[in-house]
Amino acid sequence: MDAPTQIAQRLAQATPAPLRQRVRGLSDRAIAWLFIGPTMALLLAINIFPLIWTVWLSFTNYRANRPNAEVMNRGIDNYVDVLTDPDIWAAMQATAHFVFWTLLLQTLLGFALAYLIDRKFRGHGFWTTVLLIPMMLSPAVVGNFWQFLYQPQIGLFNYAVSFVSGLPPSSFEMLGSVKLAPWAIVIVDTWMWTPYVMLICLAGLRSIPDYIYEAAEVDRASKWRQFWSITLPMVLPFIMLAVLFRGIENFKMFDMVNLLTSGGPGSTTEVASITLKREAFEKWRTGYSSAFAIVLFVAVFGLANIYVKALNTVKNR
Amino acid sequence: MNLLLTVRHALGALAAAAVLAPATTHAQDKTITLCWAAWDPANALVELSKDFTAKTKVKMKFEFVPWPNFADRMLNELNSKGKLCDLIIGDSQWIGGSAENGHYVKLNEFFDKSGIKMSDFLPATVYAYSTWPKGSPNYYALPAMGDALGWTYRRDWFAKPELQAEFKKKHNRELGPPKTWTELKQVAEFFQGRQVDGKKVYGAAIFTERGSEGITMGATAAMYAWGMTFDDPKKPYNMAGFTNGPAAVEALEFYKSLYKCCTPPGYTNAYMQEGLDAFKSGQVAMQMNWFAFFPGLYKDEKVGGSKIGFFVNPRQKVAASTLGGQGISVVSYSPNKNEALEYIKWFAQPDVQKKWYSLGGYSCHNAVLKDPGFAKTTPFAADFLDAMGGVQDFWQEPAYAQLLLAMQKRVHDFVVADKGTSKEALDALVADWTKVFKEEGKLK
Repeated sequence: MDAPTQIAQRLAQATPAPLRQRVRGLSDRAIAWLFIGPTMALLLAINIFPLIWTVWLSFTNYRANRPNAEVMNRGIDNYVDVLTDPDIWAAMQATAHFVFWTLLLQTLLGFALAYLIDRKFRGHGFWTTVLLIPMMLSPAVVGNFWQFLYQPQIGLFNYAVSFVSGLPPSSFEMLGSVKLAPWAIVIVDTWMWTPYVMLICLAGLRSIPDYIYEAAEVDRASKWRQFWSITLPMVLPFIMLAVLFRGIENFKMFDMVNLLTSGGPGSTTEVASITLKREAFEKWRTGYSSAFAIVLFVAVFGLANIYVKALNTVKNR
Repeated sequence: MNLLLTVRHALGALAAAAVLAPATTHAQDKTITLCWAAWDPANALVELSKDFTAKTKVKMKFEFVPWPNFADRMLNELNSKGKLCDLIIGDSQWIGGSAENGHYVKLNEFFDKSGIKMSDFLPATVYAYSTWPKGSPNYYALPAMGDALGWTYRRDWFAKPELQAEFKKKHNRELGPPKTWTELKQVAEFFQGRQVDGKKVYGAAIFTERGSEGITMGATAAMYAWGMTFDDPKKPYNMAGFTNGPAAVEALEFYKSLYKCCTPPGYTNAYMQEGLDAFKSGQVAMQMNWFAFFPGLYKDEKVGGSKIGFFVNPRQKVAASTLGGQGISVVSYSPNKNEALEYIKWFAQPDVQKKWYSLGGYSCHNAVLKDPGFAKTTPFAADFLDAMGGVQDFWQEPAYAQLLLAMQKRVHDFVVADKGTSKEALDALVADWTKVFKEEGKLK
């Protein structure tokens, strides 16, 4: 008798008789519901109910800081206000810039690093660990220490750029310049999350059976040809998965940007989630911010669905 | 036998204690929590409150939140009807919302019963920290911590003969604490990038912070001095020509020029702490900050004592300073309202107020401020009195947060991010504020 069967038998014996009888009386479907019931209840309570509540709030003028005020229905006015607000579009533009460049850089660098790490070399384990350190840090810590690194007078980043370019270190401000600040947050996010993309790509690379490469060698395919015809197509679903995860995460990026720039200078790096937080918890426009949250949710959900379909197509090819 | 006797005595003592205890343990068991910002005066209040505990046996707990998160944290607490704070020293701008939304206990009746008279406190502080609607005799707080925006400068640098001579040659006047904003900029430009004691220094540390209230508090210090008022005194909430009038436009333009010419590199998101850091590390010749920090700065080993000087917010067209400071309120949701009120009664006493001032808090009580010797108590006391005589505050409306965030955005966009002109920024601000006041039903 194998170990799992033994454990199951011992569990059955340990179950009190009345309970055993009651459980015996239940159908498989009922037992299945019994198991998933608590999870479903939790999901309904902390995900579905707030979502429905948010949808309802998005049609009202409700403000959470004025519990005694009359709540009035505004119809679709909040949605019209959100979609015609130039500040919201500016925030969406800042978000698009951030998402596009972080995804591009993290994918390219993450795949390149995975490709390098996939080879056997001395100190392989050590370097893999070193590369993974940034993603293990808390975004709050990362935000704070990059603030120091970007400090124009004492920041190492400015000194490094100065060393390479010859520019005086305090002649440029990564976080204070309208032109540089959007890139400053892209750099930090790329530094932090490229290892994550690398890990997923590495899993993809390791899943390719060696015999495919051996067959290609027999067919005298060049390394370049092997890369384009074997490696890339077989890793592509993994890369796409990494892009999906990072895309969703970066669309709702808040902590790191908030710590680095608070959305500034001016509103240059005010990504959608910072605008949302300000509307919801600083201005207390709960109805309006609920409408904005729903717009963001629909956008992310819609894009993610289209993307997942594309991912499935690639996977089934 | 001995053991039995001991047990009997012990039981007897316990029984006696149980009978006698209620009167004393009741107060001893009570603990009230006071919520405030985490800064120097809060530490002074901890020290002061030991006297309250000694007198009443009510223990004190403190919840201090760093300034950048203070409003978020505390307003969330109040909005969710939290019971964390029994007493709160909330920012002056919160009074409208906290009164209208029922977060603060109205104190009129309590003041009458306890013999606390608002006429015992500096009128400007009563108006700013206690009343809602503004100026009405409806009190929701006791003035606790008077504060205004002031300036510090490096007295030791200003006193250097070679710098004195060079400055006089250039500007035909002594190098001293500036009296106007124009003079302030001249001094800041003079120091910007200069080598002092073998170190490169900069002109001034001013408020540029984006996230909470920093740049608004800084820019309004200039705007008030240019004579700006937010709205028409005869037609409240009518802001066109006032918030965006020529004086305000010029002042904001000037503030930006000061930021561009004379702040340290990377000074794009700086508020109180960054200003203190810049000054204490010997980076800047002058610093804009709240009077509340001045006692600590004066005691600082590196830059305090004879090395530091203080001056009131310079005038330009009028003398005016940005108001800081807070009143102390009882939170409506507190289960310990009686003890909290008892604290306020104790705190309002002239002797306690004197001790409060001696520990580093800025009392608003006339017993302290109108004492003939007050102006000489510290090197900044006279400036403090001067500043409090002409303070102006931001909106204290229930929608203050919306109004503040709009100003933070428009001003930071213009000053730091170089977006548009001063007039465009203030026009946009008036449009934002008009929308808010319309939503509030205060404008048609």
